[in-house]
Amino acid sequence: MKKFIGKRILMMIPVLLGVTFLIFSIMTFTPGDPAAIILGAEATPEAIQELREKMGLNLPFLSRFFDYIKGIVTRFDFGTSYINGRNVKDEILMRFGYTFRVALLSMLFALGFGIPLGITAAVNRNTWKDTVSMTIALIGISMPTFWFGQMLSIVFALKLGLFPASGIGGIRFYILPCLAVSMMGIAAMARQTRSSMLEVIRSDYITTARAKGQEERKIIYKHTLRNALIPVVTQAGATFGILLGGTLVAETVFSIPGLGSYMVTSINSRDYPAIQGSVIFIAAVFGVVMLLVDILYTVIDPRIRAEFSKGGK
Amino acid sequence: MNLQKETKAPGGQPAKRKSMNAMVLRRMKNNKMAMAGLFILTFIMLVAIFGPLIAPYSATKTDLLHTYSLPSLQHPFGTDELGRDIMSRLIIGSRASLAIGLISMAGASVIGIMLGSLCGYFGGKVDTVIMRFMDIFQALPPLILAIAICAALGPGLNNCILAITISNIPSFVRMTRASVLNIRRMEYLEAATAINCSTSRIIAKHILPNALSPLIVQLTMGVATAIISASAMSFIGLGVQPPNPEWGAMLSAGRGYIRNYPHMVTFSGTMIMITVLSLNMLGDGLRDALDPKLKD
Repeated sequence: MKKFIGKRILMMIPVLLGVTFLIFSIMTFTPGDPAAIILGAEATPEAIQELREKMGLNLPFLSRFFDYIKGIVTRFDFGTSYINGRNVKDEILMRFGYTFRVALLSMLFALGFGIPLGITAAVNRNTWKDTVSMTIALIGISMPTFWFGQMLSIVFALKLGLFPASGIGGIRFYILPCLAVSMMGIAAMARQTRSSMLEVIRSDYITTARAKGQEERKIIYKHTLRNALIPVVTQAGATFGILLGGTLVAETVFSIPGLGSYMVTSINSRDYPAIQGSVIFIAAVFGVVMLLVDILYTVIDPRIRAEFSKGGK
Repeated sequence: MNLQKETKAPGGQPAKRKSMNAMVLRRMKNNKMAMAGLFILTFIMLVAIFGPLIAPYSATKTDLLHTYSLPSLQHPFGTDELGRDIMSRLIIGSRASLAIGLISMAGASVIGIMLGSLCGYFGGKVDTVIMRFMDIFQALPPLILAIAICAALGPGLNNCILAITISNIPSFVRMTRASVLNIRRMEYLEAATAINCSTSRIIAKHILPNALSPLIVQLTMGVATAIISASAMSFIGLGVQPPNPEWGAMLSAGRGYIRNYPHMVTFSGTMIMITVLSLNMLGDGLRDALDPKLKD
């Protein structure tokens, strides 16, 4: 088991290196000279040349890439912003807290409401409970997160004045953003839970359990849910990615100074080190979440656990 | 052998394949949700195609005397901060959203299915190399990958399409690969190899048609997701550029005015939602209709 987790962590390294290479190269080969961006429109060609020299932009691509990697690995250094000269790492760490809080709370909502909704729908298949839950879920996956956020903010903040419309502060500031972001997660989890429960309910061992007179509650939670959980966990991993993306965009709606607003500002000002750093950082966070999903598989399913302790020993 | 009997349906109708299609069609027709989705989608497509003919006003012409007007008879959805008719902008804007959704998913599915069947069929080194690449692309949530690509390429409709295409390739590759791996174990494939079918014929005629069902569903749902992603990217300024209308960009433009003029964001968001909803309804219907485990 430990061996499996260790191996799985090692597998993250080439993937993260690959992402870094991918992002670094598209940012490097993109049109637009960073030195010219920093110096602005009135810069003389000499000044630009001089700055290029100083920033090491004239070095070959690969050596710049290795310097960048070396900076990240040895000093956890993502470079400095082209625009305001601030350290990208500090900025990311400062802002990621907000993003992470919204994404994590939304994920908890998604699990806490989505899975029960899916179970209810599956157990009461073809009744009004099923129809209502699945209609909510269908609408949920069809609404853009940021627009739902705008609508929530119009109704609950501007018209009713129940919650603050934007900014950060206490827990009240997080309620609307989390509601907005979690909607898609709740919907996705509910749909996956329902279809995976229905798949299992058809199995012979559920009929057997019923035939021997097992109580319905145990059939649902012990026999069905337990066996339906693997696709649900897979979906949970993907959902976290969707919610993370949703949070990044929704931050603009609610003026949350998180990683999303940072990326949007950086994109608009073509601040490449900041974009690069944020994207790589998100890849790392997402990688850790995917790792947790894989570990969860082995916790849930003894067959997967057995496979790893047998093959990977 | 009763091969003859099996391939001919009763009444001398040729081929099982046709009856399978007929069954899917019949199931679709009986599914009210799917039919409603198809109906709404067709309507939106027609509006997009004939957009310039039916839009009551110009989508980009400003009218500074009639800014921020609320919905009225002249302007059913009101006007925006520059006095442009919101209904006309929604109609013309549908073209960008649908184009992004359809073109990017067409591109992603073609490339993804090709790579995926290569991986699944040949395995070995080809498989390893392609799948490791896909791992890298999938290390980022799709929307964030698209944003990163578009940030580098620069904003605009074409770059937005390209970014969404690339970010959607991996899921098609994985799905096709998984189906192909399953089908490879089937006996009819052994038979095809035994009668000396060429590899390309085996993939195109024997494998892909049988792997298609989940991919069709994925494609329909994918267009829906792509439209949402495109609107998100336009919202943060990476998609269609002003003054050209696009639903997400209109939401972004209306953002500063939601306190006093919420109609500027209500309608464009509703349009996104209705379009995506109809695609999802259609996708759900297709999934149920194509599911061989559900017998009617």
